[in-house]
Amino acid sequence: MSLLEFTNLSVEFETLNGGFRAVDNVSLTVDPGEVVAIVGESGSGKSVSMLAVMGLLPWTAKVTADRLTFQGRDMLSMRPKEKRKIIGKDISMIFQEPTTSLNPCFTVGYQIIETLKKHTDLSRAERKNRAIELLRLVGIPAPERRVTAFPHQLSGGMNQRVMIAMAIACDPKLLIADEPTTALDVTIQAQILELLIKIKEENDMGLVLITHDMGVVAETADRVIVQYAGQQVEQQDVKGLFRDPHHPYTAALLAALPERATGDQLPSIPGVVPGQFDRPAGCLFSPRCSFVFDRCHKEQPTQAGKELGCALCHTPLVAGKPQNEAA
Amino acid sequence: MLRLILNKIGLLIPTFIGVTIISFLFIRLLPGDPVLLLAGERGITGDRYADLMHQFGFDQPLWRQYLDYLVGILHGDLGTSISTRRPVISEFFTLFPATMELSLCAIFFAVVVGLPAGVIAALYRGKTPDHAVMTTALVGYSMPIFWWGLLLIILFSGILGWTPVSGRISLLYYFPSVTGFMLIDSLLSGQAGAFESAVSHLILPTIVLGTIPLAVIARQTRSAMLEVLDEDYVRTARAKGLAPFRVIGLHALRNALIPVITTIGLQIGVLFAGAILTETIFSWPGIGKWMIDSIFRRDYPAVQGGLLLIAIIVMLVNLLVDVTYGLINPKIRHTR
Repeated sequence: MSLLEFTNLSVEFETLNGGFRAVDNVSLTVDPGEVVAIVGESGSGKSVSMLAVMGLLPWTAKVTADRLTFQGRDMLSMRPKEKRKIIGKDISMIFQEPTTSLNPCFTVGYQIIETLKKHTDLSRAERKNRAIELLRLVGIPAPERRVTAFPHQLSGGMNQRVMIAMAIACDPKLLIADEPTTALDVTIQAQILELLIKIKEENDMGLVLITHDMGVVAETADRVIVQYAGQQVEQQDVKGLFRDPHHPYTAALLAALPERATGDQLPSIPGVVPGQFDRPAGCLFSPRCSFVFDRCHKEQPTQAGKELGCALCHTPLVAGKPQNEAA
Repeated sequence: MLRLILNKIGLLIPTFIGVTIISFLFIRLLPGDPVLLLAGERGITGDRYADLMHQFGFDQPLWRQYLDYLVGILHGDLGTSISTRRPVISEFFTLFPATMELSLCAIFFAVVVGLPAGVIAALYRGKTPDHAVMTTALVGYSMPIFWWGLLLIILFSGILGWTPVSGRISLLYYFPSVTGFMLIDSLLSGQAGAFESAVSHLILPTIVLGTIPLAVIARQTRSAMLEVLDEDYVRTARAKGLAPFRVIGLHALRNALIPVITTIGLQIGVLFAGAILTETIFSWPGIGKWMIDSIFRRDYPAVQGGLLLIAIIVMLVNLLVDVTYGLINPKIRHTR
């Protein structure tokens, strides 16, 4: 049984100018011990879909899905109180900005202990020991002293380790990491990723890694989901994706990697992700696609088969060449 | 932490000197002569006038009078009231408990109602509860105190007859003052009904005096909460699976309180200003009423001494607020 599974998840935000669909029919399964990466530019709805699973979106958001289960339990019909027993215990999440994600008014120890108090039966002394043990586990030196430190007394990297300690406090089955390394120095980034992978392996935990860094994806993920403007445009295992991307957007993302650049200039994808008011009629990627056909501007594409990475494209690429050109 | 407190006390010294100058000059700038007012309608002979002027030291040049005043302060002597012939300090501290009791009740009322109102307004931003709280706050803030007081007296004392019009306690009760706080003294006296009488006398003045601070606190709490509710750490708290009450009441409110505490401290000063009007309306025998009377009598020592003491109390309260601020905000506590 897969750990987390959802199909056709959509999130719509109520705005002054009508609804805005931030996530559009996205599906995902995560198995225990698996690392699934969700990649895409800013505004592609990566974080929103995961926040929807956690139930952390503001009330202006309307979440719909055909199915949303965690360990086989239906999360859609679950009462909020029941859900709060799972959130923070079996599913936990770490965020992009470690320094603002910790409460400045409480010590890091208190913030870890608070989670333990909510979800475990440990005694006061046991909770404190567990907090110190967790800080040691995530590689914080002198944890006995750090446990009484306030977030502003620690560096960004240390704070992210605290966030991780908090997230793994109750041995979660699934950890969602929302751009965990974006706000950190490059040297710290690698350490944090290694730490996440290590914890994942030790606990046979599922890991969803939200990122826009293809380098991070290549190093850590088993499976990759590429999102664009709220839609899922491609889904492949990591080797296949890097060898033969089927959606032009994936291909463009990979081509934009500095390591793959051949000329003097770094390649980039012109334009930006469409927002609420400039959504094109046909394929959402058509204004920026380098393989665009007439049809792409008029008709919305349908998902291709598994062999083509479920690419949401009229003419999925094979070995860099568009298929079904005639059609 | 100790360093923080010492720093703040150091800052109080120039403020203190400034207050002595202003309180000294302010009453002397008002037209009117204390000795003539003291004599009243009967008038006074020239010799007696010069004699009294000399006795009170008002015939000295201003700088000389100011120096005498300062020297007095340094010896803990604020002079003698020229109308009652009693030391200003003892006059002040006989009346002060009444004002303090009223002020404490008013600020308590303002915090207990204003804080939750602000939180509710923030949680229901843009919806009916928010509009209701904000409109009420605006009306409360704009309402002149004397007008508001009279309206309440007309309704609750006049038409409904629920509360007494003035004073601190019904004339039926008499007991010696132990603490100066009527609520405590009436309980200590053990007389049946005394406490209830004291409470019923306090209700209207408390509401009148507490209305403006309440409005300010509600508005400040709302805006602080709105800012804090969007913070990442509130999302983190929810991601832990904590109940909404804990997320809002602990994680969000604790941070939102930091600016609100400052506001409450600043309101203490406003409260003393408001106390002068409130005490006059309700004939509340506190320092507000005493100050007004002293100003009308041009009782120089009483006014300058009273102003100074009020200023010292406001400064001490603000010091207390600064220290609390340090306790509640770890970032300040750990600065150097």
